[in-house]
Amino acid sequence: MSELTKMTLSAARDALHKGEISAVEITKAHLAAIEDAKELNSYIMVTDDQALEMAAKADDMIKGGNAKGMTGIPIGIKDLYCTKGVHSQTASHILDGFKPEYESTVTANLWADGAVMLGKTNMDEFAMGSSNENSYYGPVKNPWRAVGSDKDTVPGGSSGGSAAAVAADISIATTGTDTGGSIRQPASFTGLVGLKPTYGRCSRWGMIAFASSLDQAGPLTKTVRDAAIMIESMAGFDPKDSTSINIPVPNYEAALSGDIRGLKVGVPKEYRVDGMPAEIEKLWQQGINWLKDAGADVVDISLPHTKYALPTYYIVAPAECSSNLARYDGVKYGLRVNGNSLDDMYKKTRAEGFGDEVRRRILIGTYVLSAGYYDAYYLKAQKVRTLIAGDFKAAYEKCDVILTPTAPSAAFNLGEKVSDPISMYLNDVFTVPASLAGLPGISVPAGLSAEGLPLGLQLIGQAFGEEQLLRVAEVLESAASFKEKPAKWWGEKA
Amino acid sequence: MTKLYQGATGDWEAVIGLEIHAQVISESKLFSGASTAFGADPNTQVSFVCAAMPGMLPVINEECVRQAVRTGLAMGCKINLRSIFDRKNYFYADLPQGYQISQFKDPIVGEGHVRIDLEDGSTKDIGVERLHLEQDAGKSMHDQHPTMTYVDLNRSGVALMEIVSKPDMRTPEEAGAYFRKIRSLVRYAGTCDGNMDQGSMRADVNVSVRRPGEPLGTRTETKNVNSIRYVMMVVESEIRRQIDVLEDGGKIDQETRLFDVATGTTRTMRSKEEAHDYRYFPDPDLLPLEFSQEFVDELAKDMPELADAKKDRFVAALHISPYNAGVLVAEKESADYFEALLAATVTKSGKPLSELGTLVANWVIGDLFGALKKLGVGITKSPVSIDHASELLCLQIDGTISGRIAKEVFENMLESGKSPEAIVEEKGLKQVSDTGEIEAMIDEILAANADKVAEYRGGKDKLYGFFVGQVMKQTGGKANPQVVNQLLRPKLDG
Repeated sequence: MSELTKMTLSAARDALHKGEISAVEITKAHLAAIEDAKELNSYIMVTDDQALEMAAKADDMIKGGNAKGMTGIPIGIKDLYCTKGVHSQTASHILDGFKPEYESTVTANLWADGAVMLGKTNMDEFAMGSSNENSYYGPVKNPWRAVGSDKDTVPGGSSGGSAAAVAADISIATTGTDTGGSIRQPASFTGLVGLKPTYGRCSRWGMIAFASSLDQAGPLTKTVRDAAIMIESMAGFDPKDSTSINIPVPNYEAALSGDIRGLKVGVPKEYRVDGMPAEIEKLWQQGINWLKDAGADVVDISLPHTKYALPTYYIVAPAECSSNLARYDGVKYGLRVNGNSLDDMYKKTRAEGFGDEVRRRILIGTYVLSAGYYDAYYLKAQKVRTLIAGDFKAAYEKCDVILTPTAPSAAFNLGEKVSDPISMYLNDVFTVPASLAGLPGISVPAGLSAEGLPLGLQLIGQAFGEEQLLRVAEVLESAASFKEKPAKWWGEKA
Repeated sequence: MTKLYQGATGDWEAVIGLEIHAQVISESKLFSGASTAFGADPNTQVSFVCAAMPGMLPVINEECVRQAVRTGLAMGCKINLRSIFDRKNYFYADLPQGYQISQFKDPIVGEGHVRIDLEDGSTKDIGVERLHLEQDAGKSMHDQHPTMTYVDLNRSGVALMEIVSKPDMRTPEEAGAYFRKIRSLVRYAGTCDGNMDQGSMRADVNVSVRRPGEPLGTRTETKNVNSIRYVMMVVESEIRRQIDVLEDGGKIDQETRLFDVATGTTRTMRSKEEAHDYRYFPDPDLLPLEFSQEFVDELAKDMPELADAKKDRFVAALHISPYNAGVLVAEKESADYFEALLAATVTKSGKPLSELGTLVANWVIGDLFGALKKLGVGITKSPVSIDHASELLCLQIDGTISGRIAKEVFENMLESGKSPEAIVEEKGLKQVSDTGEIEAMIDEILAANADKVAEYRGGKDKLYGFFVGQVMKQTGGKANPQVVNQLLRPKLDG
């Protein structure tokens, strides 16, 4: 495959700005690579013609001296983002044929900066899942396989298609969304950088909602620098989203000084969970050492309510989803299965339109909001959520940033956990607390498991502390110096 | 004195509460920019938000917030500086989101009370429990197709104020007076047009009965009653029905009922068992609604004068009788017409307000209202302009025509639409005030009726009217009665 697909976003940007490569060229290289990697199933829809048009415009922007960080960069967009006139179905059957008349704010920001859309990436239906096995369009295969194995592994989820696409070099970067770990965990499983910014940093307008109080847009990239460039384009206040925060977007790339001397890195003891593989424990310690070596001070901290985070998340998120997904009723758009009454039509449409995991969460959410159960579940969960946010607040009195593993394991095999939702939910144990607190988190590839699969470390920052978070992440990244790539087993043999 | 209802087994007391839904006057909907104008073609005033398209988010319309606060102020209620929007979840074809955004636990307006005027001249204070903002649903049309229902989303998302009374009413008359009072308040405050035939105002009527002094009975709720008369009919029929059921040894079911206009009675719509579990929870797409006391004070400062204050002012400053003042302020348009006419008459005649109040009020209530009633039109459709009306009154004030002639001119104005001056000129109706002319006439009459003069002087005082009548007869009613009196009395009393 072409060297053009191996480029990082920042390298491609520099080459585009200097006129060494053209946007059309690099876009074509990626479209060819996508064609070659069909069996990964990471794209639901490839927008070739549109990509080439956008690339040509990007070249004009560069020639006109109006190049921005994302100009001419070919990227994949998670199917959860509404893209005007293009397949936007959150990988669900229920939105069959839905092509929005509008463009999400985040993608509109990217296009305004000249980014190029390659297509829509696969995902767990409605962003519910941790393995990308819950897609109506079939599971995504992780480009990574255990050494010596020909078994498919999962790319993580829900942004599994986005992660696999970048890991397989069929997109320079992709957008993901993170509700409880849906960017960070796939990044960890595929050897990428995945950033979930502070809740309110990116507009949710035009993102198909899963759990409104948790959903955030973010990038999946090859490097921390790439993440800094991309998030700067995606982020910003949007008056159309009442939960968007009106503070200026800084130049994140400029924050990557490499200097973290004197910075206090918190290590929460509660994240040493039972049954965590020794290699993850070891990697975590390695991460601590790397940051120490870079001049940071490491402090032990306590986040005492951590163990309640997962159950809290699995009340709050389903509750919101049960309401958010009520609009998919067969009346206005998407799938309709006719019935002999309105109720019958609802039942048939929703039974056929939603997959098992989505139905499971709608049922849980409906239950926890029901009269008689609301106080015991939803209200209690909200109170615990406040306590969890309080834990972080207290911790940040003692430290500047928190270091944890991203996920309790490396990528597991396809099909391994589909019948065990609880074990699947446990994937999010380290990512969910920051989501509940609305804090930014980033996963940085830090090493390989004994089986040769990538492992990530997570840094959790303070609200709107993305600059500091990215600065530490870059230091961690360069210390880890993770250069491995998956051995290509798909498509034409290289 | 509480009114009691006689049943076969003794006395009963009724307890009545009203939930009034009042459509907010605003250019656009509660959470979207779509227009709220009435009468547009179906589905022409629908934004992506009102149609609940995927990824769309609500943004509060500040004008609707101001309108709710104004209404709260008009009712003398506590304004809550922090309120919460909740989702009320239920499925229906004309509810595109699958939930209605409403306010459940923390409404924008809290407790207050309004004073109602009863027919016997007494007043009563009725408590207001709360006012909250909520979205209206769309409209289902079942009569357009043999098997399908059509949905019009023009109303979807329009802002409603739900005004909940305390169960302080005891009779149909009180319920009617309360509904009338709330309608008057919102119309004066300019927050709802009160057009019941367009659905701008409707009430859910809660009725229960009990033995005097006993705890509250089980209540029924009759939905969507859209006129003051119907509210009174619902109350009357529910009281009678419930007493009959209870006296027959039955019990009242807590249920939702519908009013049948044709029979004037109510029937079951759904029982308690069929009642929805709305699964209210705070809408995660919206932040708590917060504003400052200064914001409220600013609105309070600009509040228009309300009916009660206007009535008091009419009595105190214009010396209008309390009864007449009440009649004038009952409808905002009548009060507006009266005040405009008074102002125009003051300007034209040069006389002070306090002298003209009674004259103008009497003319509006007696002459104008009578004529409008005969024509079957409201005051806004009055065929007599303020300009012509004030001209007519000035002709009377400056003595150009008498009160009796004025009535004649007014009749003519209604028919011809001509100005009163033109009519007076054309028909030669100018009052004769020339003392010489009248004196000569009096002398003639006295001479021709010497016998009657003698009788009068002999003590038959009542004959005075006869002489006045003769003068009027000779002048065709145009003689200035004051001048006639001034001249006639001394001559007779001689």
